[in-house]
Amino acid sequence: MNDTRPMIEVRGARKFFGPLEVLKGIDFSVARGQIVAVIGPSGSGKSTLLRSINHLETLDGGEVWLDGVQVNQKLDRRSFERHINGVRQQMGMVFQHFNLFPHLNVAENITIAPIKLKGMAKAEARALALKMLDKVGLADKIDAFPARLSGGQKQRVAIARALAMQPKVMLFDEATSALDPELVDEVNLVMKQLASEHMTMVIVTHEMRFAAEVADRVIFMADGAVVEEGSPAEFFRNPKQERTRSFLKKFLNG
Amino acid sequence: MDIALIGRIVPVFVQAAWTTVELSLLSLALGLAVAALVAMLRLSHVAALRFAGAAYVSVFRGTPALIQIFLLYFGGPQVGIQFEPFAAGAIALGLNIAAYMAESIRGGVLSVDRGQMEAARSLGFGEGQSMRWIVLPQAAKLMIRPLGVNAVALVKGTALVATISVVELTYTAQRFIGSTYKPFEIFAVTAVLYMIMVYGLTLLIDRLDRAYAGEA
Repeated sequence: MNDTRPMIEVRGARKFFGPLEVLKGIDFSVARGQIVAVIGPSGSGKSTLLRSINHLETLDGGEVWLDGVQVNQKLDRRSFERHINGVRQQMGMVFQHFNLFPHLNVAENITIAPIKLKGMAKAEARALALKMLDKVGLADKIDAFPARLSGGQKQRVAIARALAMQPKVMLFDEATSALDPELVDEVNLVMKQLASEHMTMVIVTHEMRFAAEVADRVIFMADGAVVEEGSPAEFFRNPKQERTRSFLKKFLNG
Repeated sequence: MDIALIGRIVPVFVQAAWTTVELSLLSLALGLAVAALVAMLRLSHVAALRFAGAAYVSVFRGTPALIQIFLLYFGGPQVGIQFEPFAAGAIALGLNIAAYMAESIRGGVLSVDRGQMEAARSLGFGEGQSMRWIVLPQAAKLMIRPLGVNAVALVKGTALVATISVVELTYTAQRFIGSTYKPFEIFAVTAVLYMIMVYGLTLLIDRLDRAYAGEA
């Protein structure tokens, strides 16, 4: 395997919502095992960028590559559907609002994709669910329904659900933004643990401190463009762009 | 009040009410099948299919059910479509209620949070799979009440097919007026029988709704 090839590569990503250009030609890449935090004011396009990596948003221009395979390649409708379903199985996605399946219990939430998509046997899938729940510290909730869980627990189950597909990368779309402050840490802890296991991660977040702690690289976006990027140390201590400085200042004072 | 008359007609009317039940069940089954199809059209990605679904709903909701029944039963033979009164009634009622039920189904699907579809897709499920395993089971719960309202309307609407001489409850009642001249007793008994049917249906809907609510 070619380990120098980027795990994720985005080239010239452009996206319009009506007349509004929300991504103005973004280039960035994530190396295998790297953790990239994407920060920026709301409306900067960071969530749209993340969602376009697994094609929940369709780019109007540019390319997205996952481990040497183009995600948004031009195919006829049927072939593309097959292609994208395969690609998405290799990318775990964690949403701001968890999006657990409320009609399924925790075990079923985690096992439905491995069972239906990978043909995994039920017993094997349940063992896998237990292992994933153990990872996020919720093995005792395996038979609970989502309605019985706290926000932090829901998000940890959502992470376990994504991990159960054994993805190559994990995408986090403001995973802690909808949580009560006291529940943020338990989710961050799980993400840090994943980071220590060298999972390739792209984390869209509002939490500067967490970004500084966990990321190998920070990307700052504003108005649909990357303004600045660098290691957390140089980015937070010594931002080069005026736009970055004013954003960070607002954040520290606010 | 002619109590003796009521005692005499109740067995016959119960029999007729049973025909109403059969008619309702048949048109309900047809209605649900057509409604599922129309709802799928309405939710399609293809504009032409969406238009076809919307056209169906507009036509069948925008014209009186009675006219739809007449059009099929009286107008049909002229263009080579001929049915017995009972079949014509069941088909016309089914096609009519399907327009309303399609909207109930569509409403249920649209009420499921968009994030559910996104989460399913992000795991690698195709659109159809996501619908089947994630969205529809949740939508089903949300459809029970509105579909129940449609079903109640359908049961009461079956009275319309008396006009094409389907021997159901209302037709039977009208026939007895001629021989007894006691419309009060006769229509009172008729009304009570409709109420019993609707009440039974309401209980069934409640039970379904509770059974589904308990699941999650």
